[in-house]
Amino acid sequence: MKVLVAVKRVIDYNVKVRVKPDNSDVDLTNVKMAMNPFCEIAVEEAVRLKEKGVATEVVVVSIGPKVAQEQIRTALALGADRGILIETEEKLESLTVAKLLKAVVEKEQPQLVLMGKQTIDSDNNQTGQMLGALTNMAQGTFASEVAVDGDKVNVTREIDGGLRTVALKLPAIVTTDLRLNEPRYASLPNIMKAKRKPLDVTTPADLGVAMTSTLSLVKVTPPAERQAGIKVGSVEELVEKLKNEAKVL
Amino acid sequence: MAILVIAEHDNATLKGATLNVVTAAAAIGGDVVVLVAGSNCGAAAEAAAKVAGVSKVLVADNAAYEYQLAENMGELVAELGKEYSHILAAATTTGKDFLPRAAALLDVNMLSEVTAVVDADTFSRPIYAGNAIATVKSSDSIKVMTVRGTAFDAAAAEGGSAAVETVAAVKDAGLSAFVGEELAKSDRPELTGAKIVVSGGRGMQNGDNFEMLYKVADKIGAAVGASRAAVDAGFVPNDMQVGQTGKIVAPDLYIAVGISGAIQHLAGMKDSKVIVAINKDEEAPIFQVADYGLVADLFDAVPALENAL
Repeated sequence: MKVLVAVKRVIDYNVKVRVKPDNSDVDLTNVKMAMNPFCEIAVEEAVRLKEKGVATEVVVVSIGPKVAQEQIRTALALGADRGILIETEEKLESLTVAKLLKAVVEKEQPQLVLMGKQTIDSDNNQTGQMLGALTNMAQGTFASEVAVDGDKVNVTREIDGGLRTVALKLPAIVTTDLRLNEPRYASLPNIMKAKRKPLDVTTPADLGVAMTSTLSLVKVTPPAERQAGIKVGSVEELVEKLKNEAKVL
Repeated sequence: MAILVIAEHDNATLKGATLNVVTAAAAIGGDVVVLVAGSNCGAAAEAAAKVAGVSKVLVADNAAYEYQLAENMGELVAELGKEYSHILAAATTTGKDFLPRAAALLDVNMLSEVTAVVDADTFSRPIYAGNAIATVKSSDSIKVMTVRGTAFDAAAAEGGSAAVETVAAVKDAGLSAFVGEELAKSDRPELTGAKIVVSGGRGMQNGDNFEMLYKVADKIGAAVGASRAAVDAGFVPNDMQVGQTGKIVAPDLYIAVGISGAIQHLAGMKDSKVIVAINKDEEAPIFQVADYGLVADLFDAVPALENAL
């Protein structure tokens, strides 16, 4: 079974993002970039499926500027077999990303598509679901467990009330939640080996997808700041303040 | 202009999140039509008809919608939604699951977790875990969005008398099936709707120690939440997680116990009216957002708090 994993280059999760003084966008100049953490979980899951003998090949795809090859190489170092970069400098909206991934799905014909449930930059949580609609595939979003069983896959999903398991016909799309697995670190020999793994570069035009945009950014502002309050000396003082000052008890 | 709101419900009852979405729809302006898609969901539809400000309720009652599977819901919402200017759902795990599918079938983009309506085309939403707020203008023919419940007041659950209309269309994609569910059973209020939330973090040390928080919560009618660290460590189940990728809460009072205050967690609770932090590390970032901070060992402070309440 072939597994396709989509990954995105985003701001490193340890970096606190800052809004530009002119409120036009966030400032990403000279900021450390990395693979989106949810995408890393997707790569790990795909590699584990291969180690279990369920997956035969793990293909990693990313969409973005030339430097996004770094994130594909990271995925290859973690155990993926080959990479595809859809190179574009343009700003990406979820629907366009889903259309580009659909073109890759049609070409590669994977049985399972793994991707993060959301990226930590736009926080959209849309692309996997959109890809599912465009390819008419079943989806298992916010997955905490994935079990391939013959021609279907059982996915346990983290939902508001607890956990829900659904059975999906293959081919299917799974988007990962935090507790699906703990991604490994790439070893030095594997990082070296990854440099020799195949990485094809294509473009949206090659895939026949127009880069349209329907969302324009009016402004980006910092959130309302919260001021630190006071320190209380005891539980009694705390309860007294909550009752008489804040009036919330 | 008419706005389609997709109801959040469990077939028997209408979930509170729907009421917040109705308020967001009213802020956009236009007739508000609520779709209740479920199986034997007449009671939920009746409840929706009573919500103030709702002009019509559409009911799609079929076994295909019993569990609101995204594949079936996506097709139904895309089919019915064509005639509307806006399609709104709650930013719950259900809304987030099916709404992007509907948007893609309509060939439009979608806005997630909308927190403010600027005008009928322009909306604000948090990005980068709430560290920035983006105001976005959409040129799509139909505006599709999930709405963050804590950002909008709940519409009155009573007072409306909308007509209820049956939808004949049945969309069964036949791609997925419900297998089972493990739902947390609790007599405490739901996290996202509770007036008071008591949350525990890594400092709780294990799941048994959460019993202390349950005792405090039961004295003041609070819901109990947790930080990602506590969930990842296996102390408590995932449905208790408050944060960027968990639940977003904004109660009148939020009591953070043994929580350091990672950005991820703050993104889920910093709109609470009053924040209390109990932590033995006085340098913990949680104190920077807390209205009342108590530097103390939680194993002394929490039982003392229970006694003082």
